[in-house]
Amino acid sequence: MSLNIIVLAKQVPDTRNVGKDAMKEDGTVNRAVLPAIFNPEDLNALEQALRLKEQYPGSKVTILTMGPPRAAEIVKEGMYRGADGGVVLSDRAFAGSDTLATSYALSAAVRKLGEFDIILGGRQAIDGDTAQVGPQVAEKLGLPQVTYAEEILKAENGKVTVVRRIESGVETVEAPMPLVVTVNGSAADCRPRNAKALQKFKYAAVPSEVANDEAKKAFIEKRPYLEIGEWNASTVDADLSQCGLAGSPTKVKSIENVVFAAKEARRVENEDGQLEDLIKELIANHTIG
Amino acid sequence: MANFYNDNPVLKHYLNHPLMEKIVALKERDFADADKYDYAPQNFEDAMDSYDKVLEIVGEICGDIVAENAEGVDHEGPQVVNNRVVYAEGTKRNLDACRKAGLMGMAMPRRLGGLNFPITPYIMAADIVSRADAGFENLWGLQDCAETIYEFASDEQKEKYIPRVCAGETMSMDLTEPDAGSDLQSVMLKASQKEDGSWVLNGVKRFITNGDADIHLVLARSEEGSHDGRGLSMFIYDKRNGGVNVRRIENKMGIKGSPTCELVYKDAPAELVGSRRLGLIKYVMALMNGARLGIAAQSVGLSEAAYREALDYAKDRKQFGKSIIEFAAVDRILSDMKAKLDASRALLYACSRYVDMYKIYDDIAKERALTVEEKKEAKKYSRLADAFTPLAKGMTSEFCNQNTYDCIQIHGGSGFMKDYRCERLYRDARITSIYEGTTQLQVVAAIRHVTTGTYLNWIREMEEMTVKPEDEAVKNTLVFMTQQYADAVKAVTEVEDSKFQDFMARPLVEMAGHIVMGYLLLDDVQRNDDLRRSMNVYVKYGQAEVAKHADFIGNFKPEQLKDYLYEE
Repeated sequence: MSLNIIVLAKQVPDTRNVGKDAMKEDGTVNRAVLPAIFNPEDLNALEQALRLKEQYPGSKVTILTMGPPRAAEIVKEGMYRGADGGVVLSDRAFAGSDTLATSYALSAAVRKLGEFDIILGGRQAIDGDTAQVGPQVAEKLGLPQVTYAEEILKAENGKVTVVRRIESGVETVEAPMPLVVTVNGSAADCRPRNAKALQKFKYAAVPSEVANDEAKKAFIEKRPYLEIGEWNASTVDADLSQCGLAGSPTKVKSIENVVFAAKEARRVENEDGQLEDLIKELIANHTIG
Repeated sequence: MANFYNDNPVLKHYLNHPLMEKIVALKERDFADADKYDYAPQNFEDAMDSYDKVLEIVGEICGDIVAENAEGVDHEGPQVVNNRVVYAEGTKRNLDACRKAGLMGMAMPRRLGGLNFPITPYIMAADIVSRADAGFENLWGLQDCAETIYEFASDEQKEKYIPRVCAGETMSMDLTEPDAGSDLQSVMLKASQKEDGSWVLNGVKRFITNGDADIHLVLARSEEGSHDGRGLSMFIYDKRNGGVNVRRIENKMGIKGSPTCELVYKDAPAELVGSRRLGLIKYVMALMNGARLGIAAQSVGLSEAAYREALDYAKDRKQFGKSIIEFAAVDRILSDMKAKLDASRALLYACSRYVDMYKIYDDIAKERALTVEEKKEAKKYSRLADAFTPLAKGMTSEFCNQNTYDCIQIHGGSGFMKDYRCERLYRDARITSIYEGTTQLQVVAAIRHVTTGTYLNWIREMEEMTVKPEDEAVKNTLVFMTQQYADAVKAVTEVEDSKFQDFMARPLVEMAGHIVMGYLLLDDVQRNDDLRRSMNVYVKYGQAEVAKHADFIGNFKPEQLKDYLYEE
């Protein structure tokens, strides 16, 4: 039995090694200095998809990402590792989307992709850390969902068996397909890029990237597998009032720059009053809470 | 999150050497595969871009996986369970990553499942792998053996075995035996032909790296009653057929992740490769030359690791109120290490380019007759490869031993403890100047090119190059060193005593090596200013070494040799 698998992936700024200039004066992320990478937990999700593809020959893995046209890089990265192709969902109408508007747009694109068995995604992205998009996509599509997945053991007879990471250990659950599974960072690392796939797909692009380059355009026309889908709001029949800023109820009230500064060690006696003061202080300076 | 390719810009410098344009065009037969394979390059720039991007994959795997696993693999090591080798967990993960990344059979042609990379980017991958874990390089680098199958086996054998190597099956070269180490002519493993024409192998092999490989190349005595190298043939043993067991693995000082096996052959079915009797004199010689280049890459990777460990520690370690790197005595060690590292790398890639040139011509000659010009060029590069391979293996392995020694010295007492990586590098390095022919045997191979003038002619050609004004002084020094070398060669060859000449062979080869590496760096510096410090330091070092040897040879009276020769 072969599967149709969609992997939701996001291009994110690499926030793991941030320097002093990672934030702009106004408190927003300075994307110019942070390299754009494949969101780490989405790579864990991709690995699960590729393992299913190996387990069930004939399966197809499609990457779906929302972002500017350069997010095609994410689809290519997926293809270097074994994904069959992908789509970039790109439209100015999507700009400023919060998690609700993002999951609306993604679910519209999923509907457009047609039949599928499993939608996989990372638990959360390292730029927003919300862990909301995967579950919201499931809700919008009316699908069951399994979160914190660590390993998909099998996908047979209309059901998946998934090992989930929970606070006190792991649990194995079963759920009907089609469904959404979000994968935890403790799952297996994604396989490396493959040398042949890289050489095969390195010129893959979305149409707008090569619009002004006749030679590249002709090359891609000769090799249709190099074309990455590029969809906009109207391609996926999206209701514009639910997209972008218009569709985003989340409003940013203010942004505070939290600076963690290591100070000298301080001794707190094991006594209620002192401990309470410490907790209050830690909450006030955002160390906890 | 380390990338051992991207964090080392000098690699791109060697990948982009001017000769690569010719190498790539020849290797790709003017890009004839472009529309035949979806991963073949369209042109030179496309090919170079692919090498660069694939080396990035190698760098990432090595930085994130292989280097991270190295310590665990060193501690755990492989085991023998029921006559089979079980790799350490980290080794399994390393192999899995390399297979999934498609980094096996890199130099094999596409029609057999390979990437069709020239030797130079392949050797660069070996350099990077060795920096991460020299022991793992042995397993990964044994894909070299596919080259021997490609060059000498039948079409049927090539089609049977090479795609398996490209898909990730491992190889071994089963040459040495308890009584046949450096002296392979004494190999005893018996190959007998059955009535149906098929062969079986019986006997014992020892010190076989990755001896439980999927596909083995085996040197065996096919000619009953023979006693020398001309009675030996080469065979392929396929593990799927059974017949070879691992009796034990050695407990080694270093490269502990690489299983060194004692093998017992019991009526093991095998296929003859090429012609009988050419096993040692032709095929093993070719196999060994490839392996020696691999050990040179391993040595350079280890030197790189040693230098980086030493530099990091010297910056970090504070004594007398400052980092020890602020002491000139420490700087002296570090700059010498860096110079030896960069000189080794210059020699490694010069050698790999020469090997590329002649091997590609050899391969083309199987498809069509070479033109007169091409034949001339093929001959030139074949000779240079022959001269540079033992020089590269000998010099880089000795330097990597010195560099790992100095790495511990920089660490002081801490370096003697098991807590730091430098002690593993030191143990791993020790074998490089021994296996695939000791340094002494590299000297035996190289001395011919001292006496016939291959090195000197090459040096004279390099003397013709124009250099930037600031490099004139270095060039003059090299010219002076060359004169000392030429005088020393003359002094030694004038003495008609082969024992005396053998005795003096090593200093002569070393002198040639220092001058050759000096010129290679001088040439590099014309295109890359980053190497100038290393060139300056290396030529200072080489000048002193050459003077030392010149002095020793100049003041040595042939009758003094008797003091050195052992007597009861």
